[in-house]
Amino acid sequence: MRTLSSHLTGIGVSPGIASGPIERLAPPPTVPEGLRPSGEPDAELRSAADALAATAADLEGRSRTATGAAADVLAAQAMMARDPVLVDRIGELIREGRAAPVAVVTAFDEFRAQLSAAGAYMAERAADLDDIRNRVVARLLGLPMPGVPDPGHPFVLVARDLAPADTVNLDPTQVLAIVTEQGGPTSHTAIISKSMGLPAVVGCGGVAGLVAGQVVMVDGAEGVVVVDPDEALVAQRLGRLAARRSALTGVSGPGRTSDGAAVQLLINLGRERDLGVVAAADSEGVGLYRTEFLFLERPDAPSVEEQRGAYARVFQAFTGRKVVVRTLDAGADKPLRFVTQPDEPNPALGIRGLRTSRRFPELLDGQLRAIARAAAGSGADVWVMAPMVSTAAEAAGFAAAAHGHGLPVAGAMVEVPSAALQATAVAAACDFLSLGTNDLAQYAFAADRMAGELADLLDPWQPALLELIRMTAEAGRAAGRPVGVCGEAAGDPLLALVLVGLGVTSLSMAPTGLPEVRLALSRHSLAECRALAAIALRSPDGRAGRRAVREAGRLE
Amino acid sequence: MPQQHAFIGASVGLHARPAALFVQAAARQPVRVRIAKAGGEPVDARSILSVLGLDARKGDEVILSTDAEEGGAALAELAALLERDLDAEP
Repeated sequence: MRTLSSHLTGIGVSPGIASGPIERLAPPPTVPEGLRPSGEPDAELRSAADALAATAADLEGRSRTATGAAADVLAAQAMMARDPVLVDRIGELIREGRAAPVAVVTAFDEFRAQLSAAGAYMAERAADLDDIRNRVVARLLGLPMPGVPDPGHPFVLVARDLAPADTVNLDPTQVLAIVTEQGGPTSHTAIISKSMGLPAVVGCGGVAGLVAGQVVMVDGAEGVVVVDPDEALVAQRLGRLAARRSALTGVSGPGRTSDGAAVQLLINLGRERDLGVVAAADSEGVGLYRTEFLFLERPDAPSVEEQRGAYARVFQAFTGRKVVVRTLDAGADKPLRFVTQPDEPNPALGIRGLRTSRRFPELLDGQLRAIARAAAGSGADVWVMAPMVSTAAEAAGFAAAAHGHGLPVAGAMVEVPSAALQATAVAAACDFLSLGTNDLAQYAFAADRMAGELADLLDPWQPALLELIRMTAEAGRAAGRPVGVCGEAAGDPLLALVLVGLGVTSLSMAPTGLPEVRLALSRHSLAECRALAAIALRSPDGRAGRRAVREAGRLE
Repeated sequence: MPQQHAFIGASVGLHARPAALFVQAAARQPVRVRIAKAGGEPVDARSILSVLGLDARKGDEVILSTDAEEGGAALAELAALLERDLDAEP
């Protein structure tokens, strides 16, 4: 009998093949409008009390298995679910004739308003309160729990989209692959799945109709999700993947063009739990160490000593190699409880990256101190760089601060078009430049990184973006400063050739991208890369540029 | 009606872990205790949400009170707890 499998298409953002049952990241529950009490007040009271107690017990259980700041946050949430004043208020509202879910939402919202009014720290507790409210309401209405599911077996995670906070607790032994309905190639899902080495497909609206438990095969290279796949098909795809991987192991070691020009191949590191995978990869070091994961999901900043410990573990794993540490990049899509202003009208254009130090200078100072202490006792070649630098003066200020802490190599990220336009001055003001192509595209094209509909404008092949990269690389070459790329663009083997042709001297990517990029470089000379770059620069748009370079290049 | 004043000793204020430890200690007392900031409305000391809502910072003066005449010992114990730097302790 033939199985009826259907193919859903999206954008493949992290290669690999995986097959398994899906689980959904459930959206927050909503209470139906005008919901009437279904029983007597006593019955409603009991169901509300049971839902609160069960939610508290669940949070207490998770608090016991969590560690550090996450455990404290969960324990505090459990106390909120057991708060006697909150419980009394819910009882009052039910006795006045409201249905239990309505009473729960009303009481939580009253406390939320009170907390939000009490200052920034309290506003963050308001977010905790929303999470508890959603859990209690989901229980009362029999809806799935919001948040990352934990079915007790490996699964393919399906979500509308993933926020950084959703991904902090993703367990790489349980999640087989990630599929999102929304999001584009530079979304957070793409970044996290690559760093975890998980196949991922984004912008796949078709999965909206699937239910938990349905089996799918995810092809993260082709951007295809096959529903109810034939076992023979899964076996065949896995075999093809293995063959391709063995071809790639033919080249190894430092990156070189076919005529021997050195191109440093580095990797991007985020969560500490990925350190093992990342350190084992055949790379010359870390080109982008995202330190904000140390700061996410906690009520206050980690101490200098706690930071030193975390940085030291990374430096230890990269003894004899280079590690470029990016200082805290909070804000926009990575809000921090103790830094981000919840009411910023336009967070992507607000206080984020290096700008955070305008308001919280002690945060950057403490971080540089911790990095310097960790570097002092390590055998790694430690560089630091600041995110979201807009002017040469900012770059100079950051470099002076880093040098003052005894960190000899300090650079600026080029993500704001103003820094690319002033690249000569910015390069002179510090020790190296690193292009963050995702944000540079977002700001150059006035297109939100999360806007799937604008994916064509965010395409790293857009000639205007490549021109900004060319200007920056040229300024770096003239000033004798290395210029790297640490955006997702660096992991695309074809685009990597163009970047090298534009003058970029290092490429930093997710570990999964390294073998393909190394192989592509080994098959092209520097002159060929320059010719490909010229083709891409004069194309009318990203899609045309990619097509023209693919035809001219020698990738199979 | 027994009352006792205290000054918040925790460097983060009566937030996060110090608030949780205080509320747990209040819930263990045999008498119902209320807490207020100087000049403010008293709230149930067993309620984490009410205690967080006080937004009491390091050095702020708070007033503990109870209706139970025999509650003096409970207030003394809680006041001593508030004056420690709970966040710095392991």
